[in-house]
Amino acid sequence: MQSTSPRFRENAGEALRDASLQRALRNIPTGFIKKRQKAADRMPEFEDLRDAARDLKNRTLANLDFYLEEFESKVVANGGTVHWCSNAEQAREAILCICRLVGAETVTKGKSMIGEEIGINDFLEENGMTPVETDLGEYIIQLRKEPPSHIIAPAIHVNKEQVAEAFFEAHQDLDADRNLDQPTALLAEARGKLRERFLAADVGITGANFLIAETGSSVIVTNEGNGDLTQILPRIHIAIASIEKVVPTLDDASTLLRVLTRSATGQEASVYTTFSTGPRRAEDPDGPEQFHVVLLDNGRSEMMGTEFQEMLRCIRCGACLNHCPVYGAVGGHAYGWVYPGPMGAVLTPSLIGVDEAGHLPNASTFCGRCEEVCPVRIPLPKLMRHWRELEFRKGNPAIRFRYGLKAWALLARMPWLYRRIMGLAMHTLAGWARGTGVLQKAPLAGGWTAHRDMPAPEGATFQNQWRAHVARNRDSGT
Amino acid sequence: MDTRDRILGHIRKGLGRSGPVSSDEAAALRAGLANPKPNLVPARSQVDRFDQIELFVAMAEEAAATVDRVGRLEDVPKAVSSYLASQNLPSDIVMAPDESLDTIPWDDRGMLSIRRGVPEPSDEVGLSATFSAIAETGSLMVTSGPHHPSSLNLLPDTHVVVVREDQIVGAQEDGWVRLRKSVEENGGLPRTVLFITGPSRSADIEQTLLMGAHGPRRLHIVLVESRDSDGGA
Ligand code: SF4
Repeated sequence: MQSTSPRFRENAGEALRDASLQRALRNIPTGFIKKRQKAADRMPEFEDLRDAARDLKNRTLANLDFYLEEFESKVVANGGTVHWCSNAEQAREAILCICRLVGAETVTKGKSMIGEEIGINDFLEENGMTPVETDLGEYIIQLRKEPPSHIIAPAIHVNKEQVAEAFFEAHQDLDADRNLDQPTALLAEARGKLRERFLAADVGITGANFLIAETGSSVIVTNEGNGDLTQILPRIHIAIASIEKVVPTLDDASTLLRVLTRSATGQEASVYTTFSTGPRRAEDPDGPEQFHVVLLDNGRSEMMGTEFQEMLRCIRCGACLNHCPVYGAVGGHAYGWVYPGPMGAVLTPSLIGVDEAGHLPNASTFCGRCEEVCPVRIPLPKLMRHWRELEFRKGNPAIRFRYGLKAWALLARMPWLYRRIMGLAMHTLAGWARGTGVLQKAPLAGGWTAHRDMPAPEGATFQNQWRAHVARNRDSGT
Repeated sequence: MDTRDRILGHIRKGLGRSGPVSSDEAAALRAGLANPKPNLVPARSQVDRFDQIELFVAMAEEAAATVDRVGRLEDVPKAVSSYLASQNLPSDIVMAPDESLDTIPWDDRGMLSIRRGVPEPSDEVGLSATFSAIAETGSLMVTSGPHHPSSLNLLPDTHVVVVREDQIVGAQEDGWVRLRKSVEENGGLPRTVLFITGPSRSADIEQTLLMGAHGPRRLHIVLVESRDSDGGA
């Protein structure tokens, strides 16, 4: 996928002025945040499970090469093939090659961030095939020709009127006067349309939440069942996954699943959790005849042994996005590449280079909520700060937020203030959005002060505002 | 150098090694894979059999499955036909060619018309058995195999599953223990191990939860009491 990350500030400004996007983003707090909290509260061992999840990911990374080789040998023993790919281009070619071998026309797809990362849909289309996203959210954004804006809820920025519009446009064989006002009607229509596609598909591509070294299995988690139909019905199943998805055993996957589902959607378990191993067996009445794993590196192996190795624990739950005031204000597209929010701010510069994505680690209030909720305890603020320091030292012009660093240092020494800003951040970013939309002042400069009745003159330096703010807080005895 | 070696080389360099793990370490790691141990298993499901059964029912219902408890295998056909009637569903069923369903006296209930095999797109009701069931989450643990088509779990709009109480285990980890035992006895992992927790759903349109996305709109569990309560599968 082509990145627009260098335009983060402009993207963000546009996002803040986009009324329908702002309406859609307002669903996040009531949805994901509350559900996660409820699910976490209900599991007495939740914090211990997070520790266990972190530890087992660390254990795996400490011998990642071993587990990848074991995984491969188990895939092969079960009749499948592993394709090692250094970069997006190799992964695209590997997939195209498999599709061509069976003369594929229709290729169904389950939701996969790696699919976005390598831009597989456009590529297959250029090569004369019809890729069809089958996750409802992905289908919607595929029709709208836009990338996902959230790693769990790809169409979270779209409202139902826009979905209806996309369906009227795409499904012209249906009655033009049909009523698509209700979400149920939209779902029914998508289900019908996609059923045809599932049954026609020659190749099914899914992502993988985990790969299991013990068995050579790939694991997917869905609520719709689209991932299962994608891999059961066509002749070929291709699972695309990045190298850090491997875990040692089935039991390890069980541990991660407990924190994944709760952190992602607040569910006790997703509706469908599928462990797939090799192609269908000789006597099986259904299932794919071939099983391929396209294993993508794309810069991850270079993160090993660096501070950013910790990021390879990420299980893509999306909790850090849901709890991020910056994400909540600007949505996912502003980040300009596949991975938005705090996890994207850390991961994207590693994968596409800091020259492209150097802005992203600045898209933070350093409120610390992301780290508080991360199920595998990735110190996201620390890693963002680390990028900023690296860039600052290099004198990279992408870093125009130097005061941000100082502000962070100040905040870090004053936990009470830090917490207050955290509490305010959600409101203030939206408020700041409705104002001038001048992003370079936010979030530490103009943002929260505006909501505190403090007439900060336009163009006042951050330090001035800061001093005023500190004085005011002291007066109010906080 | 091929791609595989290059990727592994980068990883090893990052880990401060010039080559693969030593053969001693590899043996230790391999032993870990051969004898997998559970990590922390929440206490919720580590209760006695009776409570596990109750937990399974409660969690399955919470996930929007419906559960009908019957006393004997003989009661299953009647339970199935009354369920279908209550939902205004046709009594034509496509049923897994699973031998464990053969002990059920289907003929006693003339109202059901049963075909064994793989579902067609037009089939509205599918019926299958399960490998195991997980109390912690109210999930069914179903495996694919010669007598268990995977598509039966997904294609028909209504999925009816017959579960015996003695198939219920506490946590997913307990399910893995059963699976590994069965692999040892019968040879080879099944192509698919699927955990099903309630009927299909989507919240992709404005985060409104809607049932019946691509998989079944209804998941109905007929839970058969196990008389000899310790009889594990
Ligand atoms: S960084 Fe943590 S919270 Fe964010 S998506 Fe990854 S696992 Fe989830």
